[in-house]
Amino acid sequence: MIEQAVNLEAVGRRYKEARAAIARRVIVCAGTGCVANGSLKVFAALKNEIEGRDLEVVVELGHDCDGGDVLLSKSGCQGFCQAGPLVTIEPEGYLYVHVKPEDAKDIVEQTLIGNRPVNRLVYKDPATGNSFEKTHDVPFYKRQRREVLGDCGNIDPEDIREYIARDGYEAARRAYTQMKPQQICEEISASGLRGRGGGGFPTGKKWTLTLAEKSDKKYVICNGDEGDPGAFMDRSLMEGNPHGVIEGIMIAARAIEADEAYIYVRAEYPLAVQRIRKAVADAEEAGILGQGVFGSRHNMLCHVMEGAGAFVCGEETALMASIEGLRGMPRPKPPFPAQSGLWGKPTVINNVETLGSVPMIILQGSHNYRALGTPNSPGTKTFALTGHVVNTGLIEVPFGTTLREIIFDIGGGVIDKAGQIDSDGFKAVQIGGPSGGCLVEEHLDLPIDFDSVKKTGAIVGSGGLVVMNCDTCMVQVAHFFMRFTQNESCGKCVPCREGTKQMLALLDEVIQGRGTVRTLELLGQLAVAVQIGSLCGLGKTAPNPVLSTLRYFRSEYEAHIFQKRCPAGQCKALAIPEIIAERCKGCGACLRKCPVGAITGEKKAPHRIDAKACIKCGTCAQACKFNAIVGV
Amino acid sequence: MGNAQKTEFTEGLRKFEKVCQIIDKYNRDPSKLIPILQEVQHEYRYLPEQVQSYIATSLGLSPARVFGVASFYANFALEPKGRYVVHICDGTACHVKGSNGIKEAICELLKVSDSKKTTNDMLFTLETVSCLGACGLAPVMTINEEVHGQVTPAKAVELIKAIMEREPCK
Repeated sequence: MIEQAVNLEAVGRRYKEARAAIARRVIVCAGTGCVANGSLKVFAALKNEIEGRDLEVVVELGHDCDGGDVLLSKSGCQGFCQAGPLVTIEPEGYLYVHVKPEDAKDIVEQTLIGNRPVNRLVYKDPATGNSFEKTHDVPFYKRQRREVLGDCGNIDPEDIREYIARDGYEAARRAYTQMKPQQICEEISASGLRGRGGGGFPTGKKWTLTLAEKSDKKYVICNGDEGDPGAFMDRSLMEGNPHGVIEGIMIAARAIEADEAYIYVRAEYPLAVQRIRKAVADAEEAGILGQGVFGSRHNMLCHVMEGAGAFVCGEETALMASIEGLRGMPRPKPPFPAQSGLWGKPTVINNVETLGSVPMIILQGSHNYRALGTPNSPGTKTFALTGHVVNTGLIEVPFGTTLREIIFDIGGGVIDKAGQIDSDGFKAVQIGGPSGGCLVEEHLDLPIDFDSVKKTGAIVGSGGLVVMNCDTCMVQVAHFFMRFTQNESCGKCVPCREGTKQMLALLDEVIQGRGTVRTLELLGQLAVAVQIGSLCGLGKTAPNPVLSTLRYFRSEYEAHIFQKRCPAGQCKALAIPEIIAERCKGCGACLRKCPVGAITGEKKAPHRIDAKACIKCGTCAQACKFNAIVGV
Repeated sequence: MGNAQKTEFTEGLRKFEKVCQIIDKYNRDPSKLIPILQEVQHEYRYLPEQVQSYIATSLGLSPARVFGVASFYANFALEPKGRYVVHICDGTACHVKGSNGIKEAICELLKVSDSKKTTNDMLFTLETVSCLGACGLAPVMTINEEVHGQVTPAKAVELIKAIMEREPCK
């Protein structure tokens, strides 16, 4: 017996009618970033303020809502994390940045009642001083194409009806009622969609291979174990538009004839876990997930599993071991998950963003999807833009956009350590996290896509972009990533377990000033050995940051080794101890504390430090009240 | 069974009652070991060895298998943690924006280190995590569930001191 299918049109129409009865909407960003900056307090203050004005505030659009004055809602990440908490006013599209609870009064008086923007809250470009009232005028947004993130930051992620009202689940309905699995696979193949988790494997091919497998049971897994330090695209998508991800999973399941799915979310993302769980429960209640999907004879069950803190679980076979209740260790491939995956059954495992792109392709058709991006990398890509850049946050651009546009137009340029714009400050950008590499000045005009980045020795990866300024020591960057992968190596295969350890030790030697001419040679050889010999992607890509920094910043390594000097002045062991004469008051505090008598000087006159005798214990710097001692 | 043994037995039952409920909720399914350990840890704040053995027996697994899983994943604690768990993010973005200085400042204030993560009064545990995914606000630290962005060493010390004043625990 097939249950009554959900009527998407009716749900959508009711929502739109209720929405149309309310003229104004205030959207407060409730992504992790803005919540950390106090956006929930802003929300409460706005609610209080609106209620205090005899305006009728509607927080949730119910079926029986007969209108009100203001719809106040929370959204997922609006992207511009740097300027949070963010508040958007519709229909005008005003964007308010750095909003505090005490600003609620002005927002209500001037905008909601007075119908004009609050000038002091609009975004001002720090470089030009120009103000921008509306979201789509702000340079950070103007250059972007928010397709996958289209709804993220606009809709209330916890309200399934709003998602449905925006044609949500329409693509899934088509997939289940009008399309054959083969047709879906062909459509996705034709779109050229490539896996957004890092590998860039064609999604359609993966699905076709899994569909071809004969089995009584198949699984779909959504990989939300976004462990790359410096990346938060998947988190934002799961928080901002969880239903979009679920819809993608449903379509994938239909395409390979699976009836069960797992969404594996990183435990460090409590808000994403909570929103995804609620979205699954709401979709079940609405009759979208469950028995007889959209009146068809197909069932669909969706589980949410929280990770337990292991980076290696982002690797597909390790992730499946983790779902099975085992240590998250990878196993050799083949067999590939398409043949033998979860519990030995054919399994499709896709990244969150990949699945999030699927509904759009089914709705618009593969031809329209290909209109954006490059021939080999169609569509858009989300990036987490962070580090030494003016505007940090979540961005989405078509493939083929250059690094210069991303860093300087969207990101607003590079900043120095004091946070000021430094037009000559760009040194490198780390792309692809610990599995990727760095791109430098010569790559600024390179159109970013899967293939062009690969040629430089880096990878697009999941989309972390960490901008680094001239004060960054590239040997330390390599060391940082190597420490990370060494720490996260699961220990199963020797090349990764021991190789990363030895590479880290070699990098330590360089940083400590003990490196010799052999160090670099060994480091290069070992890197290649680990790359070739490791079992899974973690080990195979772990040497990338080292190889890439060796390729573009070899002179920096050499300066550490041969001149015992850190060009960026970051490596403590190589710093030259010095007392800055202008700051020294000659109090003698350092002189009395120095255990080796390396400091000399007369009272009330600047002291000196003997670099040869100094053991860099740091005692003098602690004793100095005037911050006059550097390099210890 | 002697009287003393009997009390010990019933006490043991009471002690594991919560664990029992959690295991039953997952139908004693060994493949649900990770969610079970997560919920048990939520209850006890860490995974005592006894509890791990109990779970192993209930699921028909060897204790080594349970310990293997518990020790593999970073989120499982094998030792009790302090009432306030401070996480300092050392993801790439936080690292290049100076998370190390924050860590040093807190280590000095709380007299903790990488080998001794919890204060003697069991009030604080300091841990470094690889990425909290709030890179837009780097550097980031969390105290229990609360996220603090754009932290400086001084701000971090201030936050910790505020808690110390609230909790006059000696």
